[in-house]
Amino acid sequence: MTNQASDRYVSSLQAALAGGQFVFTGEIGPPKGVSVEKCLHQAEQYLKGRVAAVNVTDIQTAVMRLGSLALSHLLAERGMEPVFQMVTRDRNRLALQSDLLGAYVLGIRNVLALTGDHVSMGDHPQAKCVYDLDSVGLLSAMTMLESGHDLGLDSKGAPNVLEGSPKFFKGCCVTPCTEEVAPQIIKLEKKVAAGAQFVQTQAVYEPEAFDKFMGEVRRRGINAPVMVGIVMLKTVAMGRYMNSSVPGVKVPEATLDRLAKAAKDDRQKVSIEICAELVRAMKPFCQGAHLMTLGWDHCVPEIIRQAT
Amino acid sequence: MIVADRKKIPEIRDMVCRHKRVLLVGCGTCVTVCLAGGEREVGILGSAVRMSLKLAGHTGVQLDECTIERQCEDAFIDVLAPRVKDYDAICSLGCGAGVQTLAERFPSTPVYPGLNTQFIGILESQGVWTEKCLGCGNCRLGEFAGVCPITRCAKRLLNGPCGGSRQGKCEVDADRECAWQRIYDRCVALGTLEQLDAIAAPQDWSTGIDGGPRKVVREDQCIVGLGPKA
Repeated sequence: MTNQASDRYVSSLQAALAGGQFVFTGEIGPPKGVSVEKCLHQAEQYLKGRVAAVNVTDIQTAVMRLGSLALSHLLAERGMEPVFQMVTRDRNRLALQSDLLGAYVLGIRNVLALTGDHVSMGDHPQAKCVYDLDSVGLLSAMTMLESGHDLGLDSKGAPNVLEGSPKFFKGCCVTPCTEEVAPQIIKLEKKVAAGAQFVQTQAVYEPEAFDKFMGEVRRRGINAPVMVGIVMLKTVAMGRYMNSSVPGVKVPEATLDRLAKAAKDDRQKVSIEICAELVRAMKPFCQGAHLMTLGWDHCVPEIIRQAT
Repeated sequence: MIVADRKKIPEIRDMVCRHKRVLLVGCGTCVTVCLAGGEREVGILGSAVRMSLKLAGHTGVQLDECTIERQCEDAFIDVLAPRVKDYDAICSLGCGAGVQTLAERFPSTPVYPGLNTQFIGILESQGVWTEKCLGCGNCRLGEFAGVCPITRCAKRLLNGPCGGSRQGKCEVDADRECAWQRIYDRCVALGTLEQLDAIAAPQDWSTGIDGGPRKVVREDQCIVGLGPKA
């Protein structure tokens, strides 16, 4: 926990969003292995002091790697506030609750509840999927832990009592540009009812669709701050891949054309411009932006500079 | 019904090739209906395994065939019992329950599985069977408009779709329906969309296989005085 957090807020991210400023978060992916210095160094150099918090992905795309909890802790040690991403794919409710308590005692306060990509997408397709809880169940579990209880019952049928309870800033995800938005909104409402206090979205490249989505969010009375997801478009091929294979993400042809027409040496510059323009376009409808630069962390300062 | 499909011939051949006399036993119930282990399939498989044994140089194996009405019930195995003493191995074309019932009934005879038991499902179209029920022991279909997300959603989500649904299909396999799209569409059609607003409680897995192997005891069906069979 950093110095911005006060008695009222459990984390700087919560304080920043409550303060009404437009908030940026970044993201790092733990390495496949134990060489953590490179990603920590990148985070320290390009994200520290620029974003309110840094998400740490949890065995992203079901590709085995170092855990989110450990790297979140290392970030906190270096003075960066982590958002501990937690998927329900790999742990049952015993392990999820236990790791939440572990995260709390290690000083981690922001937790993003996710279901996680299916194991068939990753590099261990033979693994057993757990999915004991879904993301709504995980948020309910966090809320329960905060109340001083866990999901289990004692011999009299009452919830088990904890020795000391944690306090989190609880987040969730939503896919705003999916084909069928209504079920996403119903689920988002349940996530907030279960305890979600902030929302980070899947990648958005269509500001108009996002505007429409946010209109629906407001109409349903969902009040949690929403940070729009910005995934850096590094190549045209990546955009085409997302269009064909990543449901709920649509990169407009005009955006792809713009990147295609840029001279090779200018592509990164154009990628940065696209990110910054997306943020500027969607800023009026939301409370922050979650920047996912996919290893191009060095672009974050310039994206933020151009977007603000 | 229980849906199964046949193991590959070489796998069956390699299980039975060490024996002299092998009895291939079909089952007249679920696996007959799903065209995997009935009388017809036993006949076809028998010929194929004999040919495969011969080609692999296992000339001394005698493979005979028969089919009983139901492998998972002792009373139906009675008709098989007199024949079994003439064989030194059985290859069952029943489901996993059938294989194990035969193994318990004939403790001195090795029993091999000829099928891979797949799931509880339905015949969707000619030649296509799909899974519908996981046998979780605590049916919640009433909460989900008659579509089971525990069985039919790859992530067993109880509170709505993941972001991966595309054109009503699952992100794990574009040939599979997204269970949550089906639930949503059915709720719209039934005018019961508001039932999806309530948070669905986490599943109690203790009534399923996570609680250990299960047993159903119906006292009213047990023979008076004997109690449930151990």
